[in-house]
Amino acid sequence: MLANQIGYYSLILGLLFSVLLCRVSIKDFNNTNKQINQNILSLSFLQLVFVIVSFLSLIISFINSDFSNETVFNNSHTTKPLFYKISGTWGNHEGSLLLWLLVLTLFIFLFLIKSREQPKKYRILTLLFQQIIIIGFFLFVLMTSNPFNHLFPTPSEGLGLNPILQDPALAIHPPILYLGYVGTSVIFSSSLAAVTQNYVSKKWAQHIKKWVLVSWIFLTLGIMLGSIWAYYELGWGGFWFWDPVENVSLMPWLTLTALLHCIIVLERRAALTSWVVILSIATFTLSMCGTFLVRSGILNSVHTFANDPARGIFILIFLFVLIILSLGIFFLFHKEKNKDLNNFFWLSKETSILINNWFMMYFLSVVLIGTVYPIFLDVISSEKISVGPPFYQKLIVPFLIPFLFFMSLGPRLKWIKSTIENKNSLIIIFITSVILTFFIIKNLTTDLLFYTVLVSTAFFLFFTTLKELFVKKFNNISQTVAHFGFSLLVLSILFNSILSTEIITNIKIGEKYSYNKGEIFFKKLEERKESNFKSIIAYFEIKNENEKIVELKPEIRIYNQPVIITSEADIKTTLLEDKFLVMNLVKGNEYFNIRYQVKPFMVWIWISVLLLSIGGLMSLFKKRYEK
Amino acid sequence: MYGKKVKLRFIFLALILASVILIVFLILQSLKENVVYFQSPSEIKSLIELDKKKIRVGGMVKEQSVFINSNEVNFIITDFKKEINVIYSGAVPNLFAEGKGVVAEGFLKDKNYFIATKILAKHDENYMPPEVKKAIGDK
Repeated sequence: MLANQIGYYSLILGLLFSVLLCRVSIKDFNNTNKQINQNILSLSFLQLVFVIVSFLSLIISFINSDFSNETVFNNSHTTKPLFYKISGTWGNHEGSLLLWLLVLTLFIFLFLIKSREQPKKYRILTLLFQQIIIIGFFLFVLMTSNPFNHLFPTPSEGLGLNPILQDPALAIHPPILYLGYVGTSVIFSSSLAAVTQNYVSKKWAQHIKKWVLVSWIFLTLGIMLGSIWAYYELGWGGFWFWDPVENVSLMPWLTLTALLHCIIVLERRAALTSWVVILSIATFTLSMCGTFLVRSGILNSVHTFANDPARGIFILIFLFVLIILSLGIFFLFHKEKNKDLNNFFWLSKETSILINNWFMMYFLSVVLIGTVYPIFLDVISSEKISVGPPFYQKLIVPFLIPFLFFMSLGPRLKWIKSTIENKNSLIIIFITSVILTFFIIKNLTTDLLFYTVLVSTAFFLFFTTLKELFVKKFNNISQTVAHFGFSLLVLSILFNSILSTEIITNIKIGEKYSYNKGEIFFKKLEERKESNFKSIIAYFEIKNENEKIVELKPEIRIYNQPVIITSEADIKTTLLEDKFLVMNLVKGNEYFNIRYQVKPFMVWIWISVLLLSIGGLMSLFKKRYEK
Repeated sequence: MYGKKVKLRFIFLALILASVILIVFLILQSLKENVVYFQSPSEIKSLIELDKKKIRVGGMVKEQSVFINSNEVNFIITDFKKEINVIYSGAVPNLFAEGKGVVAEGFLKDKNYFIATKILAKHDENYMPPEVKKAIGDK
């Protein structure tokens, strides 16, 4: 009850502080003091405190199962374990927007603290742009999705949280992903501020690179967590479905990765200024688009909590305002400095980074078209279509070949003008990769030529980065680790998709199912009762060619509130392969529908994504460039 | 007449233009090949010619129509006007049940039989895909 009131009024106070902050900073803008007014820092801090208080009071309402709060009533239940009561706070529309707001205010405060060496006007303008976004979100939360709506009379029990969201990976997936999404807002605001102040320079690049890295690391980890969850919870045994909601998180990741690369060009050579600004704007816009598409109910998925057209329209208008504002500022204020520098010599690090960016833009346009086209067609002709994985695979996989090849060579080039060094060792590595690939692939696939070329380039990158790691130990180790991680990612995904096997069958208790490589035995069924669900556990024994027996215990859970049946896959993970078994019960039949998969190198996909982010982390903590 | 630099830049621009056109063409081409259309049982019945392409069929699983043996799941999809038999050998998703909405992906054998290759998962009991809503109209 009380927590509810506190939460609501803190939110309104937070909004007032936004207005106050704008006033004070506009006043301070033309002040001749070198440093910004201390009040601005305190105000920003207070705003953060109020949003934290608001967020905490929502958490408290969730912990206490205070059903007089509409959000709690809709998304919680007394029998839910404490951990999921807390994670339920951001497992719904209202709460997750409050989390957005929290991260927005947190980041601008951190920005103000961390940018003391930057010019004053630039800092104030960044704050102002960020406050525009913050005010937009405050209004959005207060007007269309207030998390503190009061319910009277107070219901005695809540509606519960969608069971498939009751999961440890999914409990931390939204906060991590949001840190990435919202981190891009700081990049957006600061690049606009830098444009107006004509400050898109080496010094700016050095300072904003940290923010790019932070957002990139969190976005990478957030996407990975969502993907891990989809793998073991959705029961398809895959980790990426090219589902629109996955695509909308991949799009800002692609532009952010492009930005991460070309900001280095700006930092070292003061070139590509416009491109950096455009990428900064695009990244945040795509993050917002993601929020819009997911929240408005246009895309249907677990992320669609409620279909309320008012919300969609609000975000859409807000999005358009931001786009027009940012493009307006860009065209009005941006001046391209020292044009000559943009003429790069064809064989140089700059060119190779540009090539990276071209590929990123290509991947982006494929994903964008595949995601938006069905929506577009639905609007203009009300024809319902879907674009499946083959579309993306066909358009992206072949382009990985040149991409990986350039990725192996690019980092070895020098700035300005370069030659390829150690040609012989490169050629040796390349030939080794091709031969190695040929012998591995020979018996595995029908499309020998294509896969040999593709896997060879992946191995080429793998070995060149590996060699780099051991030979030149301290030369840009963060980049080498990240690129090594990427080659590992491509290799494990490729081998995973080529070597995976699957068996789908319907089976009764006590039955055996034999297939060419072994036998599946359905031993018994057991029932168990937990606080908020009843579970049916099946015991399967799987015998492979070597007569080794593996026991797998998939579950079917029947949740009490809301009444939903979910299947929990059982997965045995080893370094070499995952064994995955999921079962479904079709009402009123003695047959159980099972799906058994052997998925090689599954765990390496996660490890390589971790390596990617570790690379980013190392770069973040690396000392300044040695000149 | 023109300097070497201008010429180079011209070639560069032409190359970019050509590759952009090529890429757009490529994307549109594979979009055309890989798009899956959605149809309701009534729409299928009114087809004049059977399409060989992969389609999606949506509607309700008819009550008492699910029949399972060791390698197949058979059921009927209805939009309360027309219905179609579905033959499927694969894993069914969690919320697949009689009287609930369903979307199946696969190929038409004839106007009465649909060979499904995939049944799409849904994650919420009360949730109904827009396609299904459209297929069963206002019911």
